[in-house]
Amino acid sequence: MSTSFTTRIAFAGIAALAAVSAQAADITGAGATFVYPILSKWSADYSTKTGNKINYQSIGSGGGIAQIKAGTVDFGSSDKPLDPKELNEAGLGQFPSVIGGVVPVVNLQGVAGGKITFTGPLLADIFLGKITKWNDPAIAAVNAGLALPDGLITVVHRSDGSGTTFNWVNYLSKVSPAWKEKVGEGTSVQWPVGVGGKGNEGVAAYVKQIPGSIGYVELAYALQNKMTYGAMQNAAGKVVQPSRESFQAAAASADWTKAQDFYLIITNAPGDASWPIAATNFILMYKQPKDAARSKAALDFFKWAFEQGKTQAEQLDYVPLPDDLVKQIEAYWQAQIKTG
Amino acid sequence: MSTEHALPAGAIAQRPDALASRSQRDLSADRAFRWLVTGAGIFVLVSLFAAALSMLWGGRAAFSTFGIDFLTTTDWDAVGKKFGALVPIYGTLVTAAIAMIIAVPVSFGIALFLTEVAPPWLRTPVASAIELLAGIPSIIYGMWGLFVFVPVMSTTVIPFLTTHLGPLPIFGPLFQGPPLGIGMLTAGIVLAIMVIPFISSVMREVFLTVPTRLKESAYALGSTTWEVAWNVVLPYTRSAVIGGIFLGLGRALGETMAVTFVLGNAHHLTASLLMPGNSIAATIANEFSEADSDIYVSSLIALGFLLFIVTFVVLAIAKLMLMRLSRREGN
Repeated sequence: MSTSFTTRIAFAGIAALAAVSAQAADITGAGATFVYPILSKWSADYSTKTGNKINYQSIGSGGGIAQIKAGTVDFGSSDKPLDPKELNEAGLGQFPSVIGGVVPVVNLQGVAGGKITFTGPLLADIFLGKITKWNDPAIAAVNAGLALPDGLITVVHRSDGSGTTFNWVNYLSKVSPAWKEKVGEGTSVQWPVGVGGKGNEGVAAYVKQIPGSIGYVELAYALQNKMTYGAMQNAAGKVVQPSRESFQAAAASADWTKAQDFYLIITNAPGDASWPIAATNFILMYKQPKDAARSKAALDFFKWAFEQGKTQAEQLDYVPLPDDLVKQIEAYWQAQIKTG
Repeated sequence: MSTEHALPAGAIAQRPDALASRSQRDLSADRAFRWLVTGAGIFVLVSLFAAALSMLWGGRAAFSTFGIDFLTTTDWDAVGKKFGALVPIYGTLVTAAIAMIIAVPVSFGIALFLTEVAPPWLRTPVASAIELLAGIPSIIYGMWGLFVFVPVMSTTVIPFLTTHLGPLPIFGPLFQGPPLGIGMLTAGIVLAIMVIPFISSVMREVFLTVPTRLKESAYALGSTTWEVAWNVVLPYTRSAVIGGIFLGLGRALGETMAVTFVLGNAHHLTASLLMPGNSIAATIANEFSEADSDIYVSSLIALGFLLFIVTFVVLAIAKLMLMRLSRREGN
């Protein structure tokens, strides 16, 4: 009796599973850790609505690029855009997914969040090891009235390769010729000075541990860890605070229409309200996918996320894409990605 | 019992046959067993060589591009695609050396205390506590190191070292620099705490095997506990003790997570033990997932191969020293 009952339940279970998997395509993606929180939130909400599931492995941007090139996932994700030539060679298309920002964080006693201001060249000189003390006249010049201690600066950087680092050093390269020449840009660089922490949380932990240190993390980490972040002077010469608004301003002021395959890094963006180190995450997909139905399912998911997933993004301190950028992306899908 | 008497005559006639088949069976079972254990032994060798060779193969691009420079330069530049392994090699050796300098005497002390000095009721609890320590995952040591130990180092220990040892003529440069708390000395100390359980439990086990009559004879001749330990217990168990130290050393050389937390992960070569550095295992763990060019990946795999070589060379040197020692003693 009991055996046949269990068997029946098991069969019913298998039948139900088969029915679900026949209906729902399990879309797989891999890449940047930066988007993992929002992708899993979107995925959960999307799957309760439509039954379609997104499996995203946050293995890092480099891993995401490798996986999509190997064709083992439906989409890859990278914090560093691929240039159109590389995309073309691999047969890939690219579009932005979500916007965030990198902020300088400091450990200085008596300085409150947002009260210390940096300029791009100043950060470059600190990270080059040219400015070694907090009471350096160059720091004091943009921080009139702030009592700066006579202490050594300890630079904290990422020890792992990361999109956060990429956007940070991309910005430093844009504003400092010395940085561009000596260090350059990439997901990991040869740091002239400092200590390396693993991941945003590693940098956050080191900055909290070492008095007089300065590092850089995603805004969400700075807020969650209640760290002292710095304000920045942007390309227009205005001092801005890191916030969703200033990140959005940077994304909106960027000229996406001229960027082929959305190959645009929005650091040092123009505009009075723009945060200078805003960062975009990119999604990579095949233009002529082997399995068109799965790619279509993935695009459906992103379409839903862009149009109806904005509140979720904002709750997690990301900036959703501006509406006209979403329109451009949808036009790009129509023109470039064959899903039917 | 009674059946033996009741055996028919024919059964006795068959006995030689039965014996022959029995010994045949034993022979084949013996052979199978021999193959089985030989296979187990060869399995270790094959996997060791396969791992070493596959890493050599994966790192061939790095070795052929940089040649000997890979071992002697300090560049680690993913943008300029120039890689040299000197900083991680140096960091690995220095942190392991610090760990062993601390861990070996402390472990010896623990083992000696537990086998010779401690009252019997205390021995089992302390021994179990040490074995528990060995079971703690390394990431816990890393987090403890970063959140608890680093502040102690940066506020108390390092300022003390820089003021008292920093000005010394020869050792001075080893103890200079800002009190970051993160660095090679901190990593070495955390590593020492991690390997102490391994070394001390091996030492304790082998100290227990020393025959009581040997020790009691020495005591009867008027030896102190220290003399018994140094002149009787240690010589009797020397090769096993060295084996335990190797075990700890191997772990210290290859430890990844805990070191990553407290070493500072900086590719700079500094004389000071208080400054951040890098180790081979930490570099690989940090950078492998985001290594974005072929030569970068190859360099990281080549680092893995170097860890093999470094471990092999260190163990070989230790073995050699041991052999020379025993030859000098005429064994």
